[in-house]
Amino acid sequence: MKSEPGQAAIETRGLRKLYGDKVAVRNLSLTVPRGEIFGFLGPNGAGKSTSIRMLLGLAQPSSGEAMVLGRPSGDVATRRRIGFLPENFRFYEWLTASELLHLHGRLAGVASGELRKRVPEYVEMVGLTPHRDKRLENFSKGMMQRIGLAQALIHEPELIFLDEPTSGLDPMGRRLVRDIIRAQRERGATVFLNSHLLSEIEITCDQVVFIREGEVVTSRDLRTVSEEEVRVEVRARGLPPNVVEQLAPWTTAPVIDEERLAFTARSREALPEVVRCLIAGGAEIYEFTPRRMSLEELFISVMGRDGGM
Amino acid sequence: MATVTFREAARKKMLWTALLAGLGFLALFAIGLHFQIADFSRTTPPFVRYQILSGMLMIGLYTVDLLAVVMTILTSADTIAGEISSGTIHAIAIKPMPRWQILIGKWLGFAAMLAVYVAIMFGGTVAVVYEIAGLTPQHPIDGAMLVYWECLIVLSISFMFGTWFSTLTNGVIVLGLQGLAFMGGWLEQMSGFAEGSRLAMVGIVASILMPTEAVWRRAAYDMESPLAGALQQFAIFSDVSIPSPAMIAYASVYLVIVLSIALYHFANRDL
Repeated sequence: MKSEPGQAAIETRGLRKLYGDKVAVRNLSLTVPRGEIFGFLGPNGAGKSTSIRMLLGLAQPSSGEAMVLGRPSGDVATRRRIGFLPENFRFYEWLTASELLHLHGRLAGVASGELRKRVPEYVEMVGLTPHRDKRLENFSKGMMQRIGLAQALIHEPELIFLDEPTSGLDPMGRRLVRDIIRAQRERGATVFLNSHLLSEIEITCDQVVFIREGEVVTSRDLRTVSEEEVRVEVRARGLPPNVVEQLAPWTTAPVIDEERLAFTARSREALPEVVRCLIAGGAEIYEFTPRRMSLEELFISVMGRDGGM
Repeated sequence: MATVTFREAARKKMLWTALLAGLGFLALFAIGLHFQIADFSRTTPPFVRYQILSGMLMIGLYTVDLLAVVMTILTSADTIAGEISSGTIHAIAIKPMPRWQILIGKWLGFAAMLAVYVAIMFGGTVAVVYEIAGLTPQHPIDGAMLVYWECLIVLSISFMFGTWFSTLTNGVIVLGLQGLAFMGGWLEQMSGFAEGSRLAMVGIVASILMPTEAVWRRAAYDMESPLAGALQQFAIFSDVSIPSPAMIAYASVYLVIVLSIALYHFANRDL
């Protein structure tokens, strides 16, 4: 695979898209490193799909710039190195699954001879071998997603955009997609993933950004153990009456209910101090559970309960 | 993309349905013509026979022209507009080829299909009349080419508006324009019998907006026999007001401009 070390797969600066007076994407600046699975999160209407369309050259930015694989977005030659699964993938229903892959492969510049070998492999990869000669008009939504994923990968692209790839899939299908995405990373490809299923993102992605109104609000590297705040739940007997004041230097948002105590530690480093303080105060600890904030909790804390809308 | 369009037409049974309907028309036309000749009495003067049969030939060819134009609109209205609205175009438009190639590929596919359709229908009508009545049009190749040219103009307009509007709106616009051309053509025709030139002006303006009917009237003029032409007042398609070669040249420029706008707009619009 062709690679230019040190160069980001995607780099945008001040990307903006207006539809009349309506701002679809306000100011998107982000860097997607090569070889990563990158999650792109945000509530409905946050500008995710518009951003993806600008990165693919399907829509022209009103201002700002976007470099994709080192070339301006929409560059025709670079598209050979890009795969895309649109949200709610639809295609000519009169084609069979194999024909669809062959057509997309040809349009992406793969030789016919190579495709004769590759198409059955990719049909197998997405678990559709028994249906390879069926027309798409007979396909369920989940089957369409699977064949859509195969068409995005048939030309072995370096950068793959997946817009809601698990929509319409059952748990087995979701696992299959997850495995395929990981296999693409093993191959050295970069995956740009837009999904509503935060639990899926959490177990698949290396890095995520949260966007709201077309702007990056925050980002998180999911590979490193978070040094950020940790929510802790404690069950203990004999908690001192002034436990809240005692723990104040290391914790916030305490909640006490008889033997149960919950708080947010300011950092992971503070946890041993908290334990020492509780024991010194005479508490008998039965349970001490630090929980990393799940992506869903982080999403809600960043976006607000209304999803930022 | 051109071959995909062909395959689509075949798979959707569009091609076969159109051809079947066309063969139905040819059969009906042949039966009608057969009875027409059978009903001639011994006393029917030869020049009246000739006049009637020439008229039948032109009616047949005019029907082929109308069928071809309507077929062009019905089959092509959805191809660009529908794929944009359904998002199907996204997976194609990100492939490593300029967008204009997608559009021109589809256009060529339709152009090839229409060539087959016009050849079968036009050739069939001419063959039926020759076989039953022993009559042939003047310059049939020129006539067929002009009918085909008319279809390509309609096709290009359908592609152009398809880059802006939904399938239904596109179909309504193109059919409306064809109606305008149809009316304009007849007004211009009728102006030949009138004294003033205002009626002709209305017809000419309509032909400038949509030159398809003018192309047909030129085709009709080219194909009609000199004798039928001389008996103007009695002939259905007598060309009282004949579109000039300049009008045909204008129609060609019109096609190129419309197709260029379609290509430009499709290449630059957001999908």
